[in-house]
Amino acid sequence: MSASARPSVGRAPSLGEDVAQRQEGRSVSASARPSVGRAPSLGEDVAQRQEGRSVSASARPSGFAKLAPSLDTPATAGSGRRAALRRALPAAAVFLALCLVPAVAYWIGQPFWLGLVARIMILGLAAAGLNLVLGYGGMVSLGHAMYLGIGAYSVGILSAHGVEAGAAHLAVALAIGGAVAVAVGFVCLKTSGMAFIMITLAFAQMFYFLAVSLKQYGGDDGLTIAMHSRIPGLDLENPYQFYLLVLGVLAVVCGLSHRLVHSRFGMVLRGSRQNPRRMLALGFPTFRYRLAAYVLSAQIVVVAGFLLANLARFASPSYMSWTLSGDLVLMCVLGGMGTLLGPIVGAAAFVLLEEFLSGMPLDLPPAVADLVRTHWLGFFGAFVVAVVLFARRGLYGALTAGGKADD
Amino acid sequence: MNAQLIATQVLNGLQLGILLFLMSAGLTLVFGIMNFVNLAHGSLYMIGAYLAAAMFNGFDSFALALALAVPATILVGLAVDRIVLAGLYTRDHLDQVLATFGLILIFNELVRFAWGSAPVYINVPPALAGTVELFGFPYPAYRFAIIAVGLAAGLLLYLVINRTRAGMLIRAGAADAEMVGALGVNIRLLNALIFGLGAGLAGLAGVMAGPILSVQPGMGEPVLVLTLVVIVTGGIGSIRGAFYGALIVGLIDTLGRAFLPAVLDALANKALAQAAGPAIASMLIYLLMALVLALRPHGLFPVRVA
Repeated sequence: MSASARPSVGRAPSLGEDVAQRQEGRSVSASARPSVGRAPSLGEDVAQRQEGRSVSASARPSGFAKLAPSLDTPATAGSGRRAALRRALPAAAVFLALCLVPAVAYWIGQPFWLGLVARIMILGLAAAGLNLVLGYGGMVSLGHAMYLGIGAYSVGILSAHGVEAGAAHLAVALAIGGAVAVAVGFVCLKTSGMAFIMITLAFAQMFYFLAVSLKQYGGDDGLTIAMHSRIPGLDLENPYQFYLLVLGVLAVVCGLSHRLVHSRFGMVLRGSRQNPRRMLALGFPTFRYRLAAYVLSAQIVVVAGFLLANLARFASPSYMSWTLSGDLVLMCVLGGMGTLLGPIVGAAAFVLLEEFLSGMPLDLPPAVADLVRTHWLGFFGAFVVAVVLFARRGLYGALTAGGKADD
Repeated sequence: MNAQLIATQVLNGLQLGILLFLMSAGLTLVFGIMNFVNLAHGSLYMIGAYLAAAMFNGFDSFALALALAVPATILVGLAVDRIVLAGLYTRDHLDQVLATFGLILIFNELVRFAWGSAPVYINVPPALAGTVELFGFPYPAYRFAIIAVGLAAGLLLYLVINRTRAGMLIRAGAADAEMVGALGVNIRLLNALIFGLGAGLAGLAGVMAGPILSVQPGMGEPVLVLTLVVIVTGGIGSIRGAFYGALIVGLIDTLGRAFLPAVLDALANKALAQAAGPAIASMLIYLLMALVLALRPHGLFPVRVA
């Protein structure tokens, strides 16, 4: 665990790396990369971590640049820990609430809620995966829905051929998803900004059309999945067990993401979002870090696709449509990018608003209620525009970070 | 597979390319000069088509519909620009993507509210209903008219951009918008001009496409995605890139769909051709775009910065 690394230890290997990179002939001029300049920043990085300050990207936008003057003394370290605890509270509350959902659903006899919340968690999982590149890496991918589709179609196509083992479904999904992500990421990450948005979109469209053309697997109409994935010890037919599986996966992914984002890897990733040129000048091979983040993020979405196929028992090309990619981005932004729980809160807001508008349970004049129900997507669009224009930090960001100014 | 079939498909490809050029020319300027990602550009195309349909059915004159629908689309575009988009120019691309994504939803529901979900049809104007004789074989006159109108619009655009003062400012803005503003040019006015120009071209594309496609809610999205492919392939901000990119994408897409299954059949076997032919054909342009971006990240015809 790199957190326990003392500055002196942490520094030696990284300097070695530095040299190795120069030998690879990276086009970083020696003068632009003074090792003196780098050593303190790494030292601080480690020092800061030792104090247990879980600095979230949104709370500390300028990361590396601002590290120098913020070396806390031991006296303030305690308050840092308390602050970290306070920051962990919303996460604990959210997961506690999610744990209580099955009990409440059972009690009021409404298993419908179980499916709805499971859908929220699955979309939240996908959005959390996207958030890794979008929120922490600053890469606006408008094509992550294709990994959702890869996960779902792996289940669907294998089931259609009589393979029902969940482990096989997941292994195939992750293998294909990983291979695609490495290839696609390799090409996409050569670009940045607008071109990156467009090229991720183009790849997703490619897979969308591939799914549409799979006539033997339903083509345009999608593929109904006859059997759930078989997982030993679990019966996914049972909505409660399925719910707990989704919740468990979400908790594990969130925990691992938290660790990842606050590790050295996460620091480099956030650093290359804020100032890629400086990171390169410091000797970090940012391309590799970004590619690794992209592949990881894709794999999380693949897992979400696997779960989604089991929830809906259906795989459809629409899972890969660019509007769903847009929806995932929207969930991240809605909830608050670059925060751990933001995407989940965003997914909840997204799904609940969708249910609310398309059902319109409020006691409005019938004409108005009908109008909202029929054209709920338009009202949804207006909501999206309003959020972008006015709530720039997302719902979760607005809830947790008080009035603090952000980037 | 005879010469006539090939020639017809090439012309169809050109016609699609010309429509895409009308869409991309405006959008690439908005992208390149205003550095603004406008996904709602496809909605302007849809609005243009619907307005033309309404006016054509009202006045029974395609020329009048064309003459009224294009300025009306420009007005809609300018209104959207002022009301919603003006506040987003200084934001990052992500906010722009999301806000314009929301706008697409709003516009789709607005036209569904006004005209219903069922497709609206525009008849081909009687004067252009027949065929023209081209190189000794017949081709639908209306499709030929699309090519002609698109080329005329392209020529006009070329003259405006290369021969007028406003065009000079647009070119300067593409190179360095901030500096143009610092030199005392009203950059807001310039932006409105560019946005209006783009909206007008999108509206024109919508009007021209109306009689050969069904006019329905959501018709803008497939075109938008193709337009994005064109722009990125051609080079963001470059009209020349939009022109060649549009023709390349239009031709590859049309010819791929028409002939790839047959080619695969000839090269490999029938089963493969039937299974994979249509899939690969619809993926061709995306493969092209990925290839171009991987080899030349700034597109085939990037803006030349002296």
